Amino acid sequence: MVQIRALRRVASILTTPRTPEDFLGLVNPLVSSRQLRGVVTKVVRETPDSTTIHFRPGRGWNQHAAGQWARIGVEIDGVRQWRSYSLSAAVGHDPAVTVTAIGFVSTALARDTKVGDVLFLDTPQGDFVLPEHPRPLLMLTAGSGLTPVMSMIRTLVPRRPDADVVLIHSARTRGDALFHDELLELADQFPGLQVRHWFTREEGGRRLDLSGVADLETLCPDWRERAAYACGPTDFLDAATELWQREGADGAVGDAPALTIERFAPVLLDGVGGEGGLVTFEKSDKEVEVGGDVPLLDAGEDCGVVMPSGCRMGICRSCLTPLVAGKVRDLRTGEVHGDEGELIQTCVNAAAGPVHLDI
Amino acid sequence: MTATTNRPTTTPTRVGTVDGAATTIRPKKPILAATGGPAHRPSAAAHLTDADVERLGRELDALRDRIISTRGAKDAAYIRRVIRIQRTLEVVGRATLLLSKKKSAFVAGTAMLSVAKILENMEIGHNVLHGQWDWMRDPDIHSTTWEWDFVTPAAAWKHTHNDLHHTWTNVLGKDKDVGYSTLRMAEDQPWRPFNILNPAINLILAPFFEWGIAIYDLELEAVKDGEKSKDDLKRDLKAVGRKVVRQFTKDYAATPLAAMPFGSGKQALIGTFTANAIRNVWAHSVIFCGHFPDGVDTFTEEEIEGETRGDWYIRQMLGSANISGSKLMHIMTGNLSHQIEHHCFPDLPSNRYAEVAVEMREICQRYGLPYTTGPMPKQVYQAWAKVFRLALPNRPRPLPKNAAHAVNAPVPPRRSALPMVASVG
Repeated sequence: MVQIRALRRVASILTTPRTPEDFLGLVNPLVSSRQLRGVVTKVVRETPDSTTIHFRPGRGWNQHAAGQWARIGVEIDGVRQWRSYSLSAAVGHDPAVTVTAIGFVSTALARDTKVGDVLFLDTPQGDFVLPEHPRPLLMLTAGSGLTPVMSMIRTLVPRRPDADVVLIHSARTRGDALFHDELLELADQFPGLQVRHWFTREEGGRRLDLSGVADLETLCPDWRERAAYACGPTDFLDAATELWQREGADGAVGDAPALTIERFAPVLLDGVGGEGGLVTFEKSDKEVEVGGDVPLLDAGEDCGVVMPSGCRMGICRSCLTPLVAGKVRDLRTGEVHGDEGELIQTCVNAAAGPVHLDI
Repeated sequence: MTATTNRPTTTPTRVGTVDGAATTIRPKKPILAATGGPAHRPSAAAHLTDADVERLGRELDALRDRIISTRGAKDAAYIRRVIRIQRTLEVVGRATLLLSKKKSAFVAGTAMLSVAKILENMEIGHNVLHGQWDWMRDPDIHSTTWEWDFVTPAAAWKHTHNDLHHTWTNVLGKDKDVGYSTLRMAEDQPWRPFNILNPAINLILAPFFEWGIAIYDLELEAVKDGEKSKDDLKRDLKAVGRKVVRQFTKDYAATPLAAMPFGSGKQALIGTFTANAIRNVWAHSVIFCGHFPDGVDTFTEEEIEGETRGDWYIRQMLGSANISGSKLMHIMTGNLSHQIEHHCFPDLPSNRYAEVAVEMREICQRYGLPYTTGPMPKQVYQAWAKVFRLALPNRPRPLPKNAAHAVNAPVPPRRSALPMVASVG
């Protein structure tokens, strides 16, 4: 390791201002000094709408804990787009994400990814992980919310004879249910796993009802004794949270909280477009309330933030500042845009609702 | 800190004053007027009405939008391909220099390294630093992270080039781009005795162009005029110093040292020096072709007072000159052979300028505006002729026979007698 680092130092004298990795990248696309990457090793179609993408990450990736997610970057029409996906593979295996074709990034990933493609990666993150000590578990999932739980089940069930897991998974139809056959096989093979599918269409269109305890009592009578994990759409999770609070089951079972949830909704700030909003300059620790027609550059300078700036008319891009959250309005076109991490030309963009800038 | 708001199509909501403190006092940015126009348009555009200019501005905005909406995977693949070719040439060229004891290896290595350095500066560095590829959101090819194989640090260059030169294109007293300061490059610049050295200075500048740019980026004049603080200068000097050490070590110490075991140390040193010099002469020639051939206008500050978006475009068109040539020529000049298109749309991907040029020519023809272009030898010759001519004080020039209207032409005079302004279409 030390030798490699010394070698790199020597090589960088010859490659400056580029890094040695920039040149190694000519032969190995996974090498980069700036961006973790992975190469797609296998693509499996799970349902008509969803695809599992297995990849081999380059150096710098940390092994994920079951239930964690990672940011995956993919190029669509030449533009790098980032989204977060739960890792569905068991711990110790090459990571994989299961992507359902909803939204343009996921749709492109699910439909167009081929073996050999390079994905851009960020290291796994998240606290939606298995408890440290064994205990009875209830997994409550809907739709693609099954993916992080699948990693937990694949990790836990085959390896721990003392596992005691009940999975309640809700999907529209049998054909839409992710990992359907694999789950049934696992449940067959290992007594520690019981799978209860809820197919909304087969129930005559009735969705799994979490506003009361009835469905839960039927599917898993001892649900109060289990540490519960829930993942799914927002309303599904809201209902579960409310139920657990109301039923007084929100106390801890052992040292794990009774209900742990994972939300997939993007970080969005509430606010009204066109009306401006509160701009937060995170590194500078300053906030200012601005109108919808004031360039962010002016707003920052007015409250004393050292803003990079240049031509102030949208040409030179000296003012590019990363967006952390929120939406901005391009004062030239009126277009409202803003993706997490996007570099904003502050001289020609104004707040469209609350905005957080990384400066 | 000047708190001026400069939005292309709106009148400023508030114009701040300069703080009394010794903070940076920068030249105020031109504020583009929403309507109207300057009291006097440049002579080449004097025949256009405010409505014409507004229409032209809208047409060019639409052209820009059209290119932006069609940027995509093909363009991304293009810049990556150029980068891949450049890096391969760089590695192979430098490696070949390790064996440069053999004459053929010396020639091949130096040639490959020269081409690599030219591509790195022109088609890649210049354009990446303009933010032409920022839309890809690739941190490896981005104006905020890019550093180039040139002694001046990217950050300093971005300020003087993108911010000052591109905003104040050819405005005398404002655009301090090469020429207009140490060199006398416009008739309207008052002649001073040391201008007699114009040709000598330019001759030395060419092979050491990167040093000229590095010194220029320090903005010594701004420091003298109190527009730039001493602390800022110190900070910039340090940054240049670090960059110089790294650049020197790579080309003039590490590469020859690596070649020594093969008995090629000295030749490798000559090779890297030659490659830098070739790149410098080439870059110098391309840059001089951009704004100094005949037919290119300079402007006074009064002429830009009240500029609208359309007027700003017109100034970029009149103040720039293209180079005609093959596709390879365009790539080797970093598509600065499409200087007019680049100056109107500095942040469009360089590989798209060729298609912009087709429409730009048509627009120029329709509005009766000159579109200056010519093959490289001719443009270089004209730029050099100007360097020599302006070494001496202005002489009255015979007016062109076929241009009666030129009698009333305000400054700066257009020398359309010389066959520089290519007829459009």
